[in-house]
Amino acid sequence: MPEPEPFLADERRKEVLRQCLSVGIATGAYGISFGALSVAAGLDLWQTIALSALLFSGASQFAVVGIVATGGSGAAAVATSTLLGLRNGLYGLQMSRLLGVGGLRRVPAAHLTIDESTAVAIGQPEPSAQRLGFWGTGLAVFVLWNLSTLLGAIVGNALGDPKRFGLDAAAPAAFCALLWPRLKSGDARAVAAVAAVIALVVAPHAPAGIPVLVAALAAVVAGLLPSREPRDRDDLGDPSASPDLGEASTSPDEETPP
Amino acid sequence: MTLWTTVLLASGFAFALKFLGYVVPHQVLDGPVVSRVTAMLPVALLSALVAVQTFTSQGGGLTLDARAAGVAVAVGALLLRAPFLVVVILAAATAATLRALGWA
Repeated sequence: MPEPEPFLADERRKEVLRQCLSVGIATGAYGISFGALSVAAGLDLWQTIALSALLFSGASQFAVVGIVATGGSGAAAVATSTLLGLRNGLYGLQMSRLLGVGGLRRVPAAHLTIDESTAVAIGQPEPSAQRLGFWGTGLAVFVLWNLSTLLGAIVGNALGDPKRFGLDAAAPAAFCALLWPRLKSGDARAVAAVAAVIALVVAPHAPAGIPVLVAALAAVVAGLLPSREPRDRDDLGDPSASPDLGEASTSPDEETPP
Repeated sequence: MTLWTTVLLASGFAFALKFLGYVVPHQVLDGPVVSRVTAMLPVALLSALVAVQTFTSQGGGLTLDARAAGVAVAVGALLLRAPFLVVVILAAATAATLRALGWA
């Protein structure tokens, strides 16, 4: 793992690390619900652990277990998870510029490239703090997310029948909470509404998992149309312009006192 | 497809996408249309997942049951800026309570 950045004042270093940790704790906390939902969906303990350790992208993981839980095919689960993960590719593109990593270091860097690490990194003004923010947040989330997944899976196994504890309502609530911070622009709210309607219209006529994929077309069409809000066209480099960063209450500016 | 195949394939593709960002030339993926589609995809997919998992039964038909009440409470909690775990637990507790009372 990379050395601590040498040219950052102690004060700033502590500030950035505190932000990393608070985002890690906030994100780790909902790993508990992922673990519980995953075993309720019928995945075993090891499959649940594998998703958090290897897939390591919250929304995609929730999608995989959500689609498996409702009887969708493996192919639909993989396709939805992959479409949700496309944004991580764009984060990687951006992080590769900030981090200046090459060779084998690109492997851990890529693995830790998620909403939270990207958001904390691009929220820092100076390059050395950006790098510290990325690695610190990535590692904090990785460790806490995996520990809490394990805890959630053990608790979930002990609970038994998922319906009795309302876990089938917890899954869509989790998706709601993941969606919430992305609805800041009018365009996003329109896409969300159209996608929901498409999915419900298609649902009675298609196998489980497919309606969600069909609804993804709403995003493609919206992307091709000219934006009504010029703000949306801003480069990903401005964190406030991206509805895509920071899941639920984990966005750094909400978690850390100013 | 076995569950393990699903888990490993999804993980493999997820890593490949992340890694791609670090290895492809920047011009290939840069551009306002790609950025916009990529930003909107999670919105569309997550919204569709909420709709399907709240309002459809196993066969895909539309239903209104305890899950809808749970999600309504979740939305209320989100409006009050509740943290993720609280939102999820409130939704589950609402659905579980309605069922225990025999109301849904």
